[in-house]
Amino acid sequence: MAFFIEVLISGLMAGVLYSLVALGFVLIFKASGVFNFAQGAMVLFAALTFVRLIDILSETFAPILLSLAITIVVMIVLAIVIERLVLRPLVNQPGISLFMATLGIAYFLDGFGQSIWGSDVYALDIGIPKDSMFILESVFEGGILVSSEDLVATLIAGVLVATLAIFFQRTRVGRALRAVADDHQAAQSVGIPLNYIWVVVWSVAGLVALVAGAVWGSKLGVQFSLSLIALKALPVLILGGFESVVGAIVGGLIIGVGEKLSEIYLGPIIGGGIENWFAYVLALFFLLFRPQGLFGEKHIDRV
Amino acid sequence: MRTFLKLKLVLLAMAAGSTLFSVPAVFAAEQFFPLLVYRSGPYAPNGIPFANGFVDYFNMINARDGGINGVKITYEECETGYATDRGVECYERLKGKGPTGASVISPLSTGITFALTEKTHTDKIPIITMGYGRSESVDGSVFQWNFPLLGSYWTAADILVQHVGNLNGGLNKLKGKKITLIYHDSPYGKEPIPLLEKRAKMHGFKFSKIPVTHPGVEQKSAWLQVRKNRPDYVFLWGWGIMNSTAIKEAAAVRYPRDKIYGVWWAGAEPDVRPAGAGAKGYQSITLQHSAGKTAVHADILKYVHDKGNGSGPKGDVGHVLYNRGMLNAVVSIEAVRTAQGKFGKKSLTGEQVRWGIENLDLDAKRIKELGIDGMMQPLKVSCSDHEGSRRARIHQWDGNNWNFVSDWIEADNSLLRPMVETAAANYAKDKGITPVTCKS
Repeated sequence: MAFFIEVLISGLMAGVLYSLVALGFVLIFKASGVFNFAQGAMVLFAALTFVRLIDILSETFAPILLSLAITIVVMIVLAIVIERLVLRPLVNQPGISLFMATLGIAYFLDGFGQSIWGSDVYALDIGIPKDSMFILESVFEGGILVSSEDLVATLIAGVLVATLAIFFQRTRVGRALRAVADDHQAAQSVGIPLNYIWVVVWSVAGLVALVAGAVWGSKLGVQFSLSLIALKALPVLILGGFESVVGAIVGGLIIGVGEKLSEIYLGPIIGGGIENWFAYVLALFFLLFRPQGLFGEKHIDRV
Repeated sequence: MRTFLKLKLVLLAMAAGSTLFSVPAVFAAEQFFPLLVYRSGPYAPNGIPFANGFVDYFNMINARDGGINGVKITYEECETGYATDRGVECYERLKGKGPTGASVISPLSTGITFALTEKTHTDKIPIITMGYGRSESVDGSVFQWNFPLLGSYWTAADILVQHVGNLNGGLNKLKGKKITLIYHDSPYGKEPIPLLEKRAKMHGFKFSKIPVTHPGVEQKSAWLQVRKNRPDYVFLWGWGIMNSTAIKEAAAVRYPRDKIYGVWWAGAEPDVRPAGAGAKGYQSITLQHSAGKTAVHADILKYVHDKGNGSGPKGDVGHVLYNRGMLNAVVSIEAVRTAQGKFGKKSLTGEQVRWGIENLDLDAKRIKELGIDGMMQPLKVSCSDHEGSRRARIHQWDGNNWNFVSDWIEADNSLLRPMVETAAANYAKDKGITPVTCKS
């Protein structure tokens, strides 16, 4: 029983970390209908910039804060450049063209980031505790393992989601974003500037990428593999729906728990190493019943 | 008129240039080496120092000795990203370059080795897989073009079992113990399984295996199983970020790091440094050498780095994977030198270099002359034995440095050889290969 609870908790926490990456996808999809394939590359680029700047600014009075501030600026500049050079020329083009453009951005950012900052593994220490805790030791022999690192990551994800919710619901820009998400043309007709909104949404996605990169980087070390974490977000999106922040969170939790339980209880029967693809099987299973994802919007088109 | 003259001069210059360049390259005293590297992607932290050691040694030999007995070394890097498909592409692109084509290929990937084994046989290009590749390719009567020099994965696994046996007072004392293999779910990671299963049957230890999918950043389930089953030892067959992640997860579940033994591809600085203090006590088998500098490093610094031609940071010279890349270059060059003794000091073909590898004999005296004393044991390759040496030591990370914690241990060839021959015979039957008769 204790082992099952351990697996369950570790799955939930892994799920929260997947949700962090999935959120970036959701934000851009909500506002522009573009599936941003470059979100993983943005996570890597943000984390690399952050960790390398900490190294460069190590002699200053507050290297982490300064690096954080500069990285935020870099991600906003990146959003502006992407809007000017990639998105603006593709306005009114089919969605697949925009998707292909984000593929290009992904490959560019992967290579560009590594060229500037290097391809090594960079340890990132932003003060997240690394030790594990053992709870309920009086109930279960050896207690139940809870990673304090994952626990802090969960808290960070919670704060991030709350902040995003406030931003979307309570601010002027947030309302404009929702308007654009609902209907581009209608939003434009009432004077909401589409280009500005795209810059804002890509900037926010960049900041989410930075948070995800910092949390994952602190856990694994900052290295190219961070960009592959995006693959973990895909089943989360399929399951939760591409347009829902809540979907990204709930989807992440289901995928996290599902893949850990499957690996441990099903893996030994069919050879192990199944958690990566099992996540997709799980997502597809949910799609059989809700094709738009758990929290996605149901689209009914006239034919 | 003046313009016409200028044009004429330009055309004449171009014609002269093209004549110069059209001199048949076969007369150039150059020996070409294709270098399949990975300087980007998830495995770059391990691929970069290896490539740097390789290239620095080539450049040092050119600068210090004027090449191999006067034959200049040329090379071209091709980025594989540790991906098999890209590795095959690189091979196809580079195999015909240089005056005599590729001398020898070292793909630094078991997956690429599997994909190239048949191609190199057809193209007559030898493939050196120093410490990796197919374990059965030790049998040169079937695998004429493969050379898993210094140790195969079966050798590594055998030495690890012997080492933990020694710690317990003998192999028979392993009865009832639990050994778990955590492995990269790829041809590389699966290689030691047959040997470990055989040893488990022989000595009565319980062997279990847990695969980790590429690139190995998600290992929570694997280490929760370790926490539950509490094996006496964990053997780690990882590569790249999988290794440091494994050590971090081991620390998280409080599994003692000094009970984890990595293969030699999980025993370098990039594997332990990212794990910080949690890596202290972690051990791994070595591919004979560890970190550290010998006489050859002084020459590399003098002839390459001090001239501003170093391929990586000066501080990395002497790190484990740097040394491994450098040693891979050493054996490649010594093979060419051996072949030159038979075929002459000129550009050699892959077939001629293959003869050089198969007749490679680096004794203690030659190892000292090469300035790599203490980094490798004598290596003698033969037609039937493409491995040449089966000895290794264990080293341990103390938080800052690697230190040897065992004496030399030799793999038990009376156990390995029948396995090698059976697997090689099956391969030959499968592929319709008629084994050659080996006289040595």
